[in-house]
Amino acid sequence: MSAATQTAAPAAQSRFLYVLRLADASLILAQRLGELVGHGPALEEDLGLANVGLDLLGQARLLLTYAGEIEGKGRDEDALAFLREHRDFLNPILVEQPNGDFGQTLVRQFLIDAWQLELYERLTQSTDARLAEVAAKAVKETRYHLRYSSSWVVRLGDGTQESHDRVQQALDQLWPYTRELFDADEIDNEMIRAGIAPDFSAVRQGWDATVNAVLAEATLQRPADKPYLWYGKRGDHSEHLGRLLAEMQYMQRTYPGASW
Amino acid sequence: MDVSTAKDPILMRARIECRVWEVLQRVPDPEIPVLSIADLGIVRYARLDDEGVVQVGLSPTYSGCPATAVIRESVIAALRKAGFERLSVQDVLSPAWTSDWITAEGRRKLREYGIAPPAESVSSVREIWRPAPAVECPRCGSHDTEKISEFGSTPCKAHYRCTRCLEPFDYFKCH
Repeated sequence: MSAATQTAAPAAQSRFLYVLRLADASLILAQRLGELVGHGPALEEDLGLANVGLDLLGQARLLLTYAGEIEGKGRDEDALAFLREHRDFLNPILVEQPNGDFGQTLVRQFLIDAWQLELYERLTQSTDARLAEVAAKAVKETRYHLRYSSSWVVRLGDGTQESHDRVQQALDQLWPYTRELFDADEIDNEMIRAGIAPDFSAVRQGWDATVNAVLAEATLQRPADKPYLWYGKRGDHSEHLGRLLAEMQYMQRTYPGASW
Repeated sequence: MDVSTAKDPILMRARIECRVWEVLQRVPDPEIPVLSIADLGIVRYARLDDEGVVQVGLSPTYSGCPATAVIRESVIAALRKAGFERLSVQDVLSPAWTSDWITAEGRRKLREYGIAPPAESVSSVREIWRPAPAVECPRCGSHDTEKISEFGSTPCKAHYRCTRCLEPFDYFKCH
């Protein structure tokens, strides 16, 4: 983020999309975790996942509000959350994947927590002061989330043969979706050049270090990287997002403008 | 409350700001009502601007804490009741609130209420897998306690149990 790289002022539209990507990652994961309220495998984990979801929802609200301000068309956090079509959601595909069993929920959480930690830590240095503020708040919460999810990945991976196999299976299944977290497209690159977004390769390095350390302790195998083409951050989603939105947006679509 | 026409504007302003603080010191936290928002350390500033508007800055504890909106409304209601009509309440995200800002008085009140206050100061270093600090049981004072859950009834708390007096209790997380 040297002075020379800050000269190119990015278009407001790109900035809007970039902030929306960050917001949607938190929003959709929060909605997924919300599905588990009252259905967690034990009361403590029910509370834990709900609390993580609540933090993510809080981050999403701050980011959506900011995205709406950048866009300047009068859309607030509610309009952006409840009145967009699924193609307009820009979350990574990983966060919309179903909860599956507890192992799958926790592996998904761990992979995202490790990413958000690296991301938010660097975003605290963003040239975008508002993003830096939100990140400074979020990074503390994310650190706590990662402590929780990584301890479960270790416990399950290094647990019984059954828990080990199921967590390994979840990891194999979710791994391909991690790729888009580190592939910068033209919008990301524009943000990186402006010093708004951090260098993606540095985020990747930090993520690799965390993931490798935790997987080693959990006696889990890191899956091989495979080519992957769908990018949720460009609006290409798996079949799961539509159903998630159907539930999340149900009230506003049935009773537009309803409030209490 | 026109400061500009007062005989001693600086003194007048200081007096008004003191009164604002006194009001804020009595606004309870909705989730832990024994604590005031001042004890919790979430009031960033309370001042009178040149237009005679009372400006209050509040830091949310957690991004998604549902109490944030309630606190904001309580602050406005309490100041109105105290005769302050022109108000502006702002959210202050940066610097982010930390449990280090809970006052000594706040820590005492928490303990008396049955919630263990944060066991250590929040370090700025990045430590994910550090050993958990020893938490003191707010009922019997024993340090023989164990964590039941990293999360509790509100975003700011975890759940512990005392292995000496066997009572479960809430612990205010280091944040």
